Amino acid sequence: MLQYTIRRLFSIIPVMLIVSVIVFLIVHLTPGNPAYLILGEDGSPEAIAQLEEQLGLDKSMAIQFVDWIKNILVGDLGQSIYSSEPVIQVIMERVGPTFSLMITAMSLTLIIAIPTAVFIVWRRNTILDPLFTSASLLGASIPEFWFAMLLVLGLGVAVPIFPVAGYVPIDVGLGDWIYHLILPAFVLASVEIGLIARMLRDGMLESVNQDYTKTARAKGVRESVVLMKHVLSNALIPTTTVIGVMIAGLLGGTVIIETIFTIPGIGQLLIDSIHRRDYPVIQGVVLFIAVVYVFVNLLIDLLYAFLDPRIRYD
Amino acid sequence: MFKKKRNLISASLLLLFTVATITASWWLPVLPSEMDSAKRLIGPSADHWFGTDHFGRDILAQTVVAARVSLVVGLSVALISTVLGTITGLIAGYYKRADFVIMRIIDGMLAFPSLLLALALVAALGGSVSNIIIALSFSFWPVMTRIVRSAVLQINSIQYVEAAKTSGIGDLVILFRYVLPNVLSPIIVQGTFIFAKAILAEAALSFLGVGVEPSTPTWGNMLQEAQIYISIAPWFSIFPGIAIVITVLTLNILGDGLRDSFDPHAKGKVNRKKGRLKKQINVA
Repeated sequence: MLQYTIRRLFSIIPVMLIVSVIVFLIVHLTPGNPAYLILGEDGSPEAIAQLEEQLGLDKSMAIQFVDWIKNILVGDLGQSIYSSEPVIQVIMERVGPTFSLMITAMSLTLIIAIPTAVFIVWRRNTILDPLFTSASLLGASIPEFWFAMLLVLGLGVAVPIFPVAGYVPIDVGLGDWIYHLILPAFVLASVEIGLIARMLRDGMLESVNQDYTKTARAKGVRESVVLMKHVLSNALIPTTTVIGVMIAGLLGGTVIIETIFTIPGIGQLLIDSIHRRDYPVIQGVVLFIAVVYVFVNLLIDLLYAFLDPRIRYD
Repeated sequence: MFKKKRNLISASLLLLFTVATITASWWLPVLPSEMDSAKRLIGPSADHWFGTDHFGRDILAQTVVAARVSLVVGLSVALISTVLGTITGLIAGYYKRADFVIMRIIDGMLAFPSLLLALALVAALGGSVSNIIIALSFSFWPVMTRIVRSAVLQINSIQYVEAAKTSGIGDLVILFRYVLPNVLSPIIVQGTFIFAKAILAEAALSFLGVGVEPSTPTWGNMLQEAQIYISIAPWFSIFPGIAIVITVLTLNILGDGLRDSFDPHAKGKVNRKKGRLKKQINVA
């Protein structure tokens, strides 16, 4: 396990290098002078020169890149052009709502997807199964933001049950926190529920007729127990890998959902910064999300190797 | 038989949408840009089947014309990322040394959720149809590379490729004559799914206000404008959304159907599974 962990840790290095190159290039891909673009037409030549110096644009590309890497390694992501605060601080102020939203969405996904998959497999020879497959195909075709709009229309405007905007921090009140997160988290989860449930269903169908499940049935174990104890537990292990894909989907989705439900998280920060042309913050947020994603995937891989020893020796 | 029919129906529907949006100016009773201030935000009626927007423009006409951008973006992104992904996937799968370099780059790109990568690129390049095509192609290309590479790795060890290699045929000929035709089906299937995903992504970018210029009618732009009026003019939000769902669903059904008809193994698996299930019921 130790050997596998070390190998997996080292594999992050090239990935992070590519990630940092891409994030670095964001500013340099802009057509024309980024400093001019940021300040707009009102920018005086002095102000432009000053900003160029602040962003390091007056140096050569290679030097800029090395400086940039040095700075990120010590946690310095630069300074926001809009608020003049350090980028890392701006991001940390916004992390709470985004993580709250993601944790709620992940919990909702698992709470709904696992029982759905078990139920579908339990009733696998009925109309339910093809119905479920069609429903998951339809689910993958609905834009998240439109689904959010429909829910706002239905549950926020027509029958006002849930708040349609805003965020309440957890220390203000747990109930209020959840109450404000339910609707956005459900939209975010809706896409993933279909994906995870389908993966689980496929995995369960594979093992539903293996020898060990047959033996269990022959011993007289009830079908529900066979499904829960023998089939589901085996299908859950490979599903851990999909959680990585799920988190990617959620991280991308938060950008849209936070904007619609006006949740002050990093997704909304990203969109606001794009509109303000606040490149250091854009770079910071993109880098932050990529790093979170890479490390979550690392943890999942290690967990998977821990649960399924075969992976370690592959 | 059913699969074949399903593919035919979804492909014909797509063709119908394309023809309808291209020829829109000939058959639409109202121009999409025609404003009528007396008829602002009027619900669906005989004159305006989908109602009107905040400028009194016909939503049906707008929705039909907006399909142009979606289809152009979707198709271009599918084509560009497919071509790029096929080339890099072929090289990575065939040459061991190139494989290491290419796959590290691909892994790095896959560390970004694809919508995020597209957002970052559009932020840098600026919002326009061509920049969105570039940004989305760049975000969807890595997945295609991975798929083509793993297909090539499977083909590589098959005897006829080995035989071609030992008989001294040039690499290019082997790649294009022996390898490529055998990995075409996963490429086509994935290309169809990218088409669908690109339409969703373009709509999301435009909806967020970082996509196609607001003056161009796209489904995402329409929905962004509609959001403000959602409580007083729900039809404004509903119809463009339905248009997206129908188009994307058609593409997803086509991709799903193509996968089933290209892959006899998958079909066999399903049949076998069903057979096994049936047997089990009999035993029970």
